[in-house]
Amino acid sequence: MESAKAKTHPQHTPSNAVSATSALTADQETLARETVPLRHHGRTVAAVFLLLVVANLAHSMVTNQNFQWPTVWHYLFFPEIMAGLGRTLILTVVSMTMAIVLGILLAACRLSGNKVLQAVAGAYLWFFRGTPLLIQLIFLYNLSALYPRLGIGVPFGGPELIGGSTNLVLSLWTVALVGLALHESAYMAEIVRGGLLSVPKHQTEAAAALGMNNVMAFGRIILPQALRVIVPPTGNQVIGMLKYSSLVSVIALPDLLYSAQMIYTQTFETIPLLIVVSFWYLLCTSILTLFQQRIERYYGRGVAGQSTTPGRGRILGLGMPRKRVRTTLSSTTAEEG
Amino acid sequence: MATIAHTEHVRDQSDPIVKIVELRKSFGDFEVLKSVNLDVYPGQVVVILGRSGSGKSTMLRCINHLEKPSGGAVLVNGEVVGYRLKGEKLHELRPNEIARQRATTGMVFQSFNLFPHLTVLENLLEAPCRVLRRSPHEVRDEAMKLLTSVGLAEKANVYPSTLSGGQQQRVAIARALVMKPSVMLFDEPTSALDPELVGEVLEVMKELARSGMTMIVVTHEIGFARGVADEVVFMAEGRVAEQGPPSQVIDNPQAEATKTFLRSLNERRDTPVQ
Repeated sequence: MESAKAKTHPQHTPSNAVSATSALTADQETLARETVPLRHHGRTVAAVFLLLVVANLAHSMVTNQNFQWPTVWHYLFFPEIMAGLGRTLILTVVSMTMAIVLGILLAACRLSGNKVLQAVAGAYLWFFRGTPLLIQLIFLYNLSALYPRLGIGVPFGGPELIGGSTNLVLSLWTVALVGLALHESAYMAEIVRGGLLSVPKHQTEAAAALGMNNVMAFGRIILPQALRVIVPPTGNQVIGMLKYSSLVSVIALPDLLYSAQMIYTQTFETIPLLIVVSFWYLLCTSILTLFQQRIERYYGRGVAGQSTTPGRGRILGLGMPRKRVRTTLSSTTAEEG
Repeated sequence: MATIAHTEHVRDQSDPIVKIVELRKSFGDFEVLKSVNLDVYPGQVVVILGRSGSGKSTMLRCINHLEKPSGGAVLVNGEVVGYRLKGEKLHELRPNEIARQRATTGMVFQSFNLFPHLTVLENLLEAPCRVLRRSPHEVRDEAMKLLTSVGLAEKANVYPSTLSGGQQQRVAIARALVMKPSVMLFDEPTSALDPELVGEVLEVMKELARSGMTMIVVTHEIGFARGVADEVVFMAEGRVAEQGPPSQVIDNPQAEATKTFLRSLNERRDTPVQ
């Protein structure tokens, strides 16, 4: 049948369409065969090469005596290092919390209808995003050179109500926390603003049409949706803050890095101590990343492509399960009848 | 102003639920509503027709103060929306007072506007529990009854993104109804739907009309207007061009604008779909 068709084909069918159909029937046997996936030789070569590099690196880390692994181990849980790690964590948590609160306020100013608030917030962002954090920290540290006294009182040189010498008001910790928070808040403000703007205006209208007041609409409708956009970059900022907080070593606050520096300037065991410090930073960022993923999943609920089954609303299995109203269909249908 | 004062003291059963008086609205230099007067009585279904840009939606949005009128006033249940009459002047209300007024009107939007982060049932519970501070237990039963009546009881615990447009709009209607509004506003409820989903939403609206709900519906569904409306209002250039029962406005239009509009609708319907 097949061969007969193929033979008669040139005389009978001058049109292209018919010849294409007959070609298809002739090929059907071939088309039904097993497929052979394309081999990616380049990928294989690259993988082998990289494996060799990694293996070599691992080998050198074990055999190279300069790593001084026994020293690393010695300092890993050293009291000063532990205290420094604690200070780094406090710096991160406290300054980040301050930055988020300040950032929300700044975002609110930027989005308000008031031109003065908009301009002031804009100028704040312009300054704190436009200068390096390192300079801001040193600047704040040396503020007493600019304003020897700080206090609250009547503006334009009027009497002071409370206050004191700048160096007393701004302790080392205050400088570090305020410095990190002021800088970070400028970035948080933009993240929060972007998140709030990502929620369609229709949502505000729908909430308003149901009689919800501004506070309710913001807290129950707008913010939960904005958080889906706000949380991932905020997670990045927390991880960033954990590392940038090491800049406070320039004002001699003994954080994780500065504690290590104080040891190795005396013992000259620079490399092992930097490994110790890196280990703790890596451990902390890894834990934070894990948290971030859980929180993102939580706030992504109800979005197409993400989990669409309700009831998985717990962050890391901690805390209270989300209040959820369960309704059994049987009970309502029983009522209907 | 005199009209408002008049309605303040004469109130009986025949008073309109919604009274629109000399309503004007401009966006910048563009005057969308020039002067609209309209009374909607309890249990009436009023369908608003008109070309896009004729001010239909803007008028509807003035009724629950989503748009602030530039002049004139809207009264719902005899109360001026968004303002308080004090002496000779209308004083703007605080946002919380406006929110309280909005709770008495239900609105259904073209784009559904369900809350995507809440399940269907939570969408229904949110406003009654928060705004009216009713107990979730009590509201849940009512919400489930409403979901059953729009045929979506089995979808109570899913998120809106898993529903079709028609289903989302039916949930949106239930969400507005659970607040027990005295009037329902529909802003082109079927315009964003695929043609095969329009019917299910119109069916729910017909059922609602039969139950005696006062409804103001902005739509292009002539069939719905003919079958369900007590009153058809045709709007053109920011005014009410013609008003009356469907048999009059749709089948025997008097105003030139109405004739042209209906003719263009018929032509479009007669054009065969390819």
